[in-house]
Amino acid sequence: MLSKKKLFTKGMLDVAPHMLSVIPFGIICGAIGIELGFNPYLVYGMSIIIFGGASQIVFLQLISGGASSLIAATSVGVINSRHLLYGAVLSEYLEKLSFIKKLLISYLVVDQGFAESNKFFKKNKTEQYLHYHLIGTGSTLWVCWQISTLAGIILGSFVPEELGLKFAIPLTFIAIIVQDLKKIDHVIVMLVCGISSLLFFDAPFKSYIIISPIVALFFAALLLRFKK
Amino acid sequence: MTWLSIIIAGILTYFTRMTMIALVSRDMLGDRIKAVLAYVPSAVFPAIIFPAIFINDYGTFIEMNDPKIFGAIVAIVVGYFSKNVIATILSGLISYWIILFF
Repeated sequence: MLSKKKLFTKGMLDVAPHMLSVIPFGIICGAIGIELGFNPYLVYGMSIIIFGGASQIVFLQLISGGASSLIAATSVGVINSRHLLYGAVLSEYLEKLSFIKKLLISYLVVDQGFAESNKFFKKNKTEQYLHYHLIGTGSTLWVCWQISTLAGIILGSFVPEELGLKFAIPLTFIAIIVQDLKKIDHVIVMLVCGISSLLFFDAPFKSYIIISPIVALFFAALLLRFKK
Repeated sequence: MTWLSIIIAGILTYFTRMTMIALVSRDMLGDRIKAVLAYVPSAVFPAIIFPAIFINDYGTFIEMNDPKIFGAIVAIVVGYFSKNVIATILSGLISYWIILFF
């Protein structure tokens, strides 16, 4: 059995490499908000209240483009609806926690933290304090996200845009799923998701980000049926 | 008004995180659904990866000689063999920069 502290540290270390893309993205996110002319407190407030990278940028761009606040808030909800899928996967490992702990830990569930903790959970199902790994990944991401968006707000876009550091975002997610390319069923599911995301890219409220996973999971269900 | 919509957006986002963890018990998900859920990473992350590579800031498709495609291929190969996140991200970025600046 690993101690709570060991699991927490393991979570921090497992997610740390992703800071290579999270930190530049946070700086860009903060700087964009100021460039678009928003109140700095408002731009930073989003990092605490919403805590969701891409959705924060979309929100700011929609509002500054003249969209209604209703449309902007709905878009954030739609973009972040993918967390429902993460929660469904994690619920299996977190079911023993009290309701209050579940409510608290939920705030820390984000893409990279989910991905790394889920990998760890699959290999260490019997650990008693598994959730400390998720707290480790989640709080590392939270702290880095707060500091980097603040840095972007205060210092402006000191990361030159020509460097194209936004490209680090897809790279981070490639690093997360690249080992699953060994499994043909996973490759099919990835391609279905990727191609649908391009096909549905213009769907309203950025809903491609939840439509394509649903299409891909439907394919996964079909694949499982054929496997039998 | 903007503050109010940020708070609403935050509440919506929190609900997407909390609903399945706190309100759904494991017994409500059958074995079939759990088997499908094992595909969640493969079914979700390409929806972030593909548009970020193939669609530019103006919402149109990139050219096939775009440096991002080269960078992504290098990252996939390096990531597959190295199993290392830092190597994957850096190799992708550096190969992208090489094509972009030289």
